[in-house]
Amino acid sequence: MADPINAGTMAGLFGIHGTALGIREARLNVLASNLANADTPNYKARDLDFATALQNASAAAQSPLSAAVDKTSGSMPSPVDLDAAMRYRVPLQPSLDGNTVDSDFEHAAFARAALEYKASLSFVDARVHTMMTAITGE
Amino acid sequence: MSVSGLPIFDIAGSALAAQTVRLNTVASNLANADSVSGDPNSVFRPRETVFSTVPDPGNAGLAGVRASGVIESTAPPVKRYEPGNPLADGQGYVYAPDIDPVAQMVNMISSARAYQSDVEVINTAKELALSTLSLGK
Repeated sequence: MADPINAGTMAGLFGIHGTALGIREARLNVLASNLANADTPNYKARDLDFATALQNASAAAQSPLSAAVDKTSGSMPSPVDLDAAMRYRVPLQPSLDGNTVDSDFEHAAFARAALEYKASLSFVDARVHTMMTAITGE
Repeated sequence: MSVSGLPIFDIAGSALAAQTVRLNTVASNLANADSVSGDPNSVFRPRETVFSTVPDPGNAGLAGVRASGVIESTAPPVKRYEPGNPLADGQGYVYAPDIDPVAQMVNMISSARAYQSDVEVINTAKELALSTLSLGK
């Protein structure tokens, strides 16, 4: 649910959108952390680089090792490391308390991220409907 | 902080709790802005909330916030000559806490705005989680 994105299983059923949905949720969590710490001295705002995270997740899903592990033992493939895609925000202006959260900027980013989550969700939803149609034949 | 499947609610919730402590501190400062005393040592001391980051142990990179302490100001009380005041000392002086109402109001507005934005985060997260729950319907 949180940062370990189970790329292999998700990729099988929902394609790239399942992986993307997990990363989008992780990004919402990071942005929520920034907003929660908008007044905490010395807090450094962070963000998740979506493109890098998705690339890492796709690479992990396609690697032969994780697929082999998946088939032989039936266990989950290793979760994608989202830390590799974490970046520190470059502050737009200096602040006296060392906090780099720009509340307005984070707000806009959060709203956008929520919309992107909804978009990914609608793709996953469409896939579910497709599967249901295939199963029920109606 | 609990390790739950939806850490966003824990994070935004921790911020609501911390901002509430800050609002309470401001309220107490404003309420006592005019409480004078004849003894400089027993005057109300303005308080200030200190925030600190609480990293989420289950999720690297995520962090909530907590009001780690409320410190008392060391600013000396303001000395005023009010011989008619029943609380005045022998020389006719009363002592008032050094509280700047404008600064307190600014602090209050900042805190209220932060509280509002965290409520918005919770509402958005709730809406998204509900849409996810109704997947395929």
